[in-house]
Amino acid sequence: MNAMVKAENVHKSFGHVEVLKGIDLEVEQGEVFCLIGPSGSGKSTFLRCINHLEKVNAGRLYVDGELVGYRQKGDKLYELKDTEVALKRRDIGMVFQRFNLFPHMTALENVMEAPVQVKGESKAAARERAGSLLERVGLADKAGNYPSQLSGGQQQRVAIARALAMEPKLMLFDEPTSALDPELVGDVLDVMRDLAESGMTMIVVTHEMGFAREVGDSLVFMDGGVVVESGNPRDVLTDPQHERTKSFLSKVL
Amino acid sequence: MTVDIDKKGPEDTPPQAPQAIKAVPVRHYGRYLSAFIALAALGAIVFAFAQGEINWDAIPEYFFDSRILGGVRETLLLTVCAMLIGVVGGILLAVMRLSKNPVTSSIAWFYIWFFRGTPVLVQLFVWFNLGFVFEYINLGPVYKDEWSDFMTPFLTALLGLGLNEAAYMAEICRAGLLAVDEGQTEAAHALGMSHSKTLRRVVLPQAMRVIVPPTGNEVINMLKTTSLVAAVQYYELLKNATDIGQSSGATVEVLFLAATWYLIMTSILSVGQYYLERYYARGSSRQLPPTPWQKVKANMLSLRRPEVAR
Repeated sequence: MNAMVKAENVHKSFGHVEVLKGIDLEVEQGEVFCLIGPSGSGKSTFLRCINHLEKVNAGRLYVDGELVGYRQKGDKLYELKDTEVALKRRDIGMVFQRFNLFPHMTALENVMEAPVQVKGESKAAARERAGSLLERVGLADKAGNYPSQLSGGQQQRVAIARALAMEPKLMLFDEPTSALDPELVGDVLDVMRDLAESGMTMIVVTHEMGFAREVGDSLVFMDGGVVVESGNPRDVLTDPQHERTKSFLSKVL
Repeated sequence: MTVDIDKKGPEDTPPQAPQAIKAVPVRHYGRYLSAFIALAALGAIVFAFAQGEINWDAIPEYFFDSRILGGVRETLLLTVCAMLIGVVGGILLAVMRLSKNPVTSSIAWFYIWFFRGTPVLVQLFVWFNLGFVFEYINLGPVYKDEWSDFMTPFLTALLGLGLNEAAYMAEICRAGLLAVDEGQTEAAHALGMSHSKTLRRVVLPQAMRVIVPPTGNEVINMLKTTSLVAAVQYYELLKNATDIGQSSGATVEVLFLAATWYLIMTSILSVGQYYLERYYARGSSRQLPPTPWQKVKANMLSLRRPEVAR
């Protein structure tokens, strides 16, 4: 199987509210996969299902050929233990809309934390790698700063470096630029573009249509918990086929 | 700078600064009056005590008495040990209360309800009198003894104060844990950190900022509450002081003496709390106020600077 992420009829409800109503999609290895849609359409929820921050209610979700959150034996599903879930999450990096950096640690310590605490890497090795990751996102000079001393764009780039420190095979971006001043969006997108060029598989929930068009390999438009339209970003964004897609794009473009 | 000004002619000199206003300030007669009343009341109290038959000399005489110093040591020991039980128990109870397991969370709720809802003096007496209920303590192969030998006054005081404190600390810790943004837990989990590691490395250090100030309060409270354990035959500062008072006849004087010692100890604890709060405030966006030592250093520098300029 070549697909990095494969969703088959994925359903998710919060109480009586059904947020995902049967999602089918495939994300190939090395692909930049963009999810767009109005708020409340379920795109962030779907993203969170991929690393099991949310439990899927029905359907199957696979990452790198393995079922997310469960183990299948014959016809029966067994829930994975917390430690097994944590083990799988190591390979999936996630970047949040609100950055969620650890405020009591410096930028460097934020990036070092997971390799040292989760992988058991030596502090010296982790520090060196964290330093070069911060350099990669253009923040080598901010290593000793606390998140509160950084701008939003800088915080988000530290968050990307923190996720990369675990050397993931898949990166999830949950509206990474939505909480940023327009001026700062470019720096973060540059880092993401750079990451895409290095061959990382990326799933990006975004409102940045320009980024989706330039960098994206595939694009899915979601609304009301279903996939309305999907295809090549340039095709979908310039020539949408569905009425719903047309009306959404006419408002955001 | 001065050289530049000299080069320019008198016409080029910048316009004179506007003349400072010299006005008659508003007289706050109310302030004079309230200050006078407060001073008069204070004077009256001091005068009254000066009139009383207080043998002030007794205070310095017994201030460093070995029994008093021993009592201070016992008070501090009890405070530290009881707070240790309180903090560890409190964190445990807070985590239990916030857990998804309904049994552990109900038990924690019940514990807090019971220990917070009954007076600590009653709890002390209950621990003290448990010997009427149990004849022996029998922990299987580990430990076996007669109850009266096992339950020393120190253990009575420690359990009474510590277990009571745990109930209060549990609520303080719970508030601290809830104050940490959920995104922090999510980010830690997304990095592959386990529940316990997330709690230890990410949530607790941030919760400490909320937990430390009220905990400092609790320590100071505990230090004073230890005076209650005189009731269960534990010899700490107040008990030793009153004993001296009865044997020497300086009953009231030793109370002043004990009060002074309590003040000294609480003052030292307040200083410790100040520095602990600074430590856990690291990474916060607010600029920290300088420590007294930093202020002294800054003042020394600012005193020197005008001389250099001249």
